[in-house]
Amino acid sequence: MSLKLADVHRIALLARIEITDAQAQESADQLNDILAMIERISRVDTTDVAPMSHPLDGVQRLRPDAVTEQPDRERTMVNAPEQQDGLFLVPRVVE
Amino acid sequence: MSATPKPADLAHASLAQLGGLLDRREVSAVELATHFLGRIERHRNINAFLDVRPEVTLAQARQADARRAQGETGPLLGVPIAHKDVFVTRDWATTASSRILEGYISPFDATVVESLAQAGMVCLGKLNCDEFAMGSSNENSAYGKVLNPWDHGAVPGGSSGGSAAAVAARLAPIASATDTGGSIREPAAFSGITGTKPTYGRPSRWGMVAFASSLDTAGLLTIDAQDCALAFNAMLGFDPKDSTSVDRPREDYTRALDIDLKGLRIGVPTEFFAAGLEPEVEAAVRAALREYKDMGATLVDVALPNAALGIPVYYVVASAEASSNLSRFDGVRFGLRAKQYDDLLDMMRKTRAQGFGAEVKRRILVGTYVLSHGYYDAYFLQASRVRRVIANEFQQAFSQCDIIAGPVTSGVAFGFGEKSADPVAMYLADLYTVPSSLAGIPAMSIPCGFGRLGRPIGLQLMANHFDEARMLGVAHRYQAVTDWHTRVPAGY
Repeated sequence: MSLKLADVHRIALLARIEITDAQAQESADQLNDILAMIERISRVDTTDVAPMSHPLDGVQRLRPDAVTEQPDRERTMVNAPEQQDGLFLVPRVVE
Repeated sequence: MSATPKPADLAHASLAQLGGLLDRREVSAVELATHFLGRIERHRNINAFLDVRPEVTLAQARQADARRAQGETGPLLGVPIAHKDVFVTRDWATTASSRILEGYISPFDATVVESLAQAGMVCLGKLNCDEFAMGSSNENSAYGKVLNPWDHGAVPGGSSGGSAAAVAARLAPIASATDTGGSIREPAAFSGITGTKPTYGRPSRWGMVAFASSLDTAGLLTIDAQDCALAFNAMLGFDPKDSTSVDRPREDYTRALDIDLKGLRIGVPTEFFAAGLEPEVEAAVRAALREYKDMGATLVDVALPNAALGIPVYYVVASAEASSNLSRFDGVRFGLRAKQYDDLLDMMRKTRAQGFGAEVKRRILVGTYVLSHGYYDAYFLQASRVRRVIANEFQQAFSQCDIIAGPVTSGVAFGFGEKSADPVAMYLADLYTVPSSLAGIPAMSIPCGFGRLGRPIGLQLMANHFDEARMLGVAHRYQAVTDWHTRVPAGY
């Protein structure tokens, strides 16, 4: 299948990336090229093959739920795009 | 004090030689740092460095000298290094070569940076790369292209292009780098230096800006294999802060440098020499294989029938993981925030549209699509299954051989703009490097000749999981009888 303009707009919205119609058209062509290349994996018979999500088949290690360090608040807030009284500022989300 | 070596010689010295000079007090860490900072300044035109802060570097160098004055020794104590800009650093900005992180200062150092600093390495600054390590030419950096020191009309390779160019031009004797699908080996091959990716999980990912977490592996670009082994001793080890870090005892990676090649079985995958491989690369790689045979190794044909599917598998898996990892860049807590917007959703969409470059957006879109409802099974799940098929083929091959060898790239470094208009053509540049990344095995590129326009060619060596010491030894033995790795581009 190939992606239409509306598909690209839907994906871009899911990905939270603003995209113009012209960009969506260009992206549709490129994404379709990439998906055509990817399509080749469908030809492999993987009936009894388990998906591999970690090269060493490792499992997520858990640690005791204990405080191990304190964040450096000052050094962290230095990077905030907008802040006030040591808090992150965002556009109003609750009226 | 005995005779100080000439400045040009100093920069051309390997890490092992620099350690010797420091040991014998023939040079100080401050003198070394000053010398390399001068070269960085003189060769700014290749655009390898993104952030240089001489006062911080010199303070670290003074500290290393003080440690030596107190009787401390160590092969890395006082030796300079530069870090790829995907490793976060407290004292230098970290951008991952993206606009979205312009000016970002991390509150902590990456474990890799910290471990090497503890061993006494002096940081020279941060190195240019493809944005979020996505690319094969360094043309995707938001801060401009990096020139290949061998030929300013050629790309240095990517994504660790700044790391490769810096070491090739001897602006740093060693540089950290990361490899997700070939980002250490391909630039090493294009830039005529040694590039090594260890087993997935051996180096910590803590403080490495995440691209594809099941593939991202820190490694090194060095002049030779011995230098890599010396630095791996300090860099690789279990890190409780990285949930996929492998809990194994530390190793001495120099222990097999003098390995006897008699009886060593080198597997040659026939698929790596199929159509598409340029004759000059095949000739150089086959000549290197003959060299190994002359030293006593046995060459055996091995098969990796689905290795060619590595590229499509990779672009599903890596893009999916990237789309998830990069969701943290939303303009809320750090990084860029769009100047004008209507509401929260609009702020995020505009921030990401303005902050990410074209290739990063492309991969996020591909990743979002392959993970979306209705497509997950056909794309992501099937790719994860084929990934295991490829990994199993490596295990099958390693039942017949100790090391696998072949080309790193199909051709020498290409020119600027040659592949940037066609994403799929650019992706295929990683044909020979992606399969071992998917399998998580160690792999490296060592210089083995030169092709058209005097551009370097690399030989790829791959080993089974946790067998990097032997792989480095096999590389070292080749470098003991050849001098490709000691060549320095004209003007540097």
